[in-house]
Amino acid sequence: MSTRLRLETVTIALGERVLIPRLDLDVEPGEVATLMGPSGSGKSALLSFIGGTLDAAFTATGQVFAGDVDITRLPPNLRRVGVLFQDDLLFPHLSVGGNLAFGLSADVGGRRARRRRVDEALVDAGLAGFHDRDPATLSGGQRARVALLRTLLSEPRVLLLDEPFGKLDQTLREDFRRFVFSHAAARRLPVLMVTHDIADAIAAGGRVLTIDQDPVAIREEPPTAISGNGAPTEGGPPPIPSRSPQTHK
Amino acid sequence: MDAPVRQLALADAGGAATQPGRRRAATVHVLILGSFLVPIAVGLAGTALAAFGCLPAVGGDMLTLAPWRMLFGTPGMATSVALTVFVGLAATALAFVLAVGFCAAGHDRMGYRRAEAMLAPLLAAPHAAMAIGLAFVLAPSGWIARLISPWLTGWEVPPDVATVGDPWGLSLIVALTVKEVPFLLLMILAALYQIPAAEHLRAARSLGYGAAAAWIKVILPQIYPQIRLPVYAVLAFSLSVVDMALILGPSHPPPLSIVAFRWFSAPDVAAYLPAAAAALLQLVLVIGAIGAWRLGEVAVARVGVRWIACGRRETAHQPGPTLATVAVMLLFALGGIALLAMAVWSFAWTWRYPAGLPDAWTLATWIHQLPALGWPARTTLSLGLLSTLVAIVLVIAWLESEDRLGIRMTRRALWLIFIPLVVPQISFLFSIQVLLIRFGLDGTLFAVVWSHLLFVLPYVFLSLADPWRSLDPRYRRSAAALGASPMRTLFAVKLPVLLRPILIACAIGFSVSVAQYLPTLFAGNGRVATLTTEAVTLASGADRRIVGVYTFLQSLLPFLGFVLALSVPALVFLRRRALSRAA
Repeated sequence: MSTRLRLETVTIALGERVLIPRLDLDVEPGEVATLMGPSGSGKSALLSFIGGTLDAAFTATGQVFAGDVDITRLPPNLRRVGVLFQDDLLFPHLSVGGNLAFGLSADVGGRRARRRRVDEALVDAGLAGFHDRDPATLSGGQRARVALLRTLLSEPRVLLLDEPFGKLDQTLREDFRRFVFSHAAARRLPVLMVTHDIADAIAAGGRVLTIDQDPVAIREEPPTAISGNGAPTEGGPPPIPSRSPQTHK
Repeated sequence: MDAPVRQLALADAGGAATQPGRRRAATVHVLILGSFLVPIAVGLAGTALAAFGCLPAVGGDMLTLAPWRMLFGTPGMATSVALTVFVGLAATALAFVLAVGFCAAGHDRMGYRRAEAMLAPLLAAPHAAMAIGLAFVLAPSGWIARLISPWLTGWEVPPDVATVGDPWGLSLIVALTVKEVPFLLLMILAALYQIPAAEHLRAARSLGYGAAAAWIKVILPQIYPQIRLPVYAVLAFSLSVVDMALILGPSHPPPLSIVAFRWFSAPDVAAYLPAAAAALLQLVLVIGAIGAWRLGEVAVARVGVRWIACGRRETAHQPGPTLATVAVMLLFALGGIALLAMAVWSFAWTWRYPAGLPDAWTLATWIHQLPALGWPARTTLSLGLLSTLVAIVLVIAWLESEDRLGIRMTRRALWLIFIPLVVPQISFLFSIQVLLIRFGLDGTLFAVVWSHLLFVLPYVFLSLADPWRSLDPRYRRSAAALGASPMRTLFAVKLPVLLRPILIACAIGFSVSVAQYLPTLFAGNGRVATLTTEAVTLASGADRRIVGVYTFLQSLLPFLGFVLALSVPALVFLRRRALSRAA
């Protein structure tokens, strides 16, 4: 299951405006890379490009690899790229267990075996006995956990986090963050997270990429460069001449 | 504005209703519902009594089962009932499956606005015009046969097969489906705007689901509760339609609605009693069919939940939705050709079989028909405009009073508004006619406008309620905070912002009025002639060129209504991008 996520010279533009300039990036299994930047800077567009749901208004070039497989031209449902969104997007017509079974891979055959996997996932989330509950009756934190488990049950090779902590309050946020990162680490998934909140990046403990606006460039800061008081170091280090990330001039 | 009044206005607009406001709003709701629920209830009661022999107007004054014996003693009655049920269920199921398949296959390429404009001509076309056009296109001597003969088929003379009025009602099913698929598509598209459909689809896709499977497993179960009532309306309509069945349905034996209709139109008043029995049986069939459909829903839901939970991604190409899309496109093309065919006929001088187009063209038919055309055209226009005007005022009053009270109609209450669409017209209109005659109101403009209103109002409501309710409430609050009274807010803010959906609701209402056949006939006591009643009468046997003139004009009027509704906001708000395109 553990594969590397690799982006090769990914460029995304909206009309004339280049949002992501020729990005090369490797995210190793078990690593969490964070992408930060102001709204409209193309963070979410990059995730959509990796997931295969980029709006036709954008133009994008470059390749996305999961392990050695080029998934750039695959339809979104065949990429095995799991996405966790800001909204939990639990389906309101299905029970909690129904939502998880929807995510669970069809390779798990037999109603009993499927039910067992779903129940295990519920126990894992501290939601044992919630199988038949209506998702609308769950708290925000519980819904968020179900959403992650639903994604993980679909056995993704890569996990993308699109500001999934944005709508939770402070305490829930820390809990859920730990929950997400520990599950991703246990499965050795490469994780690419988009966020506004520097605290998310610190908690992730991985590299942090920041999209600069004028001129458009992507800057990398190693985890140590993030100060604990909530701001990246001013005028951080120059782009590192390694494979990742690098903006070609 | 002095301080107390202003305070009152603020409280009012904020949803905290004052006593008089609450009473006024309740009065509006009761009046609107009462104005059509009471007459329908009275009409149904009258029909039920007549079915058991009680119709004092024709001398029936004792309870008896004789009308039922007469009804069931009629040769071919069992076939009539079976045919009615088959046509109703088949047309509804077909239209539903095609509409769902079309959405599942093409949801990501479909914009609401584009679809609205594309569906407009088919939605606007009166049922009778569509049926008359299809009768010509599908007939053995019709346009399709002409276009492929004799070079492909070798038919030098029309083949002797019943493609129209066939004993199974297949051509009737096709015609119903042509009209109902666009309606269901519009309802589905409107329902999609009530849920975060795009986000849910994206989530399902990221879990590995194929596009069509994601739509059917995730979106359809969420929107079905919102399209359930329209589906029942389609079912009731298909079971009890009269004008289309007169033109396209089999006649020996005919569907039940035609049996009732023939007896109601018979010169012998004694036939009214078995007619009432047939009309009541029609109502029972509709209720039974809706019940059966409901049971089907439960069964499908039960199987569906398992199918959804089994986790199959269905990513391999599924032919179903693609086939549905092709079928929908063919149906739309067929509908378009049918409307075009009658326009072509109206300008034809001679058009011999098997020529693909008329041999000679002329304006003579139009010129000859113009004098005769004027009166029904004017009646059609004034009935349509009056009933639409009353309907839109009532619907706006209803929605506005909801806003001021801060209440929202429940789904159960929505049923009340839908009753005229679910109860078969023939089962209550005759008794209403008897009452109108009793009070000397039959054939008056008031009676006919009101009978149209029964059907115009639900459609106007259906079309305007969602856009009205999804208007950002902060517009209203900020207008109130600026000191605007609720009335000023209504006229200066809400109505202009909602101009486009209001005009579209009006266009739909107008097209519904133009299409009415049975209500015009019964409430008008046969003396009020519209383009629709004339076209249906002419359809059986008159010169195709003359029928073409009537059906062309009959389709043109509502179509122009849609053109106006879609183009006026764009002109009014030329410099307001948010309103000329979105609203």
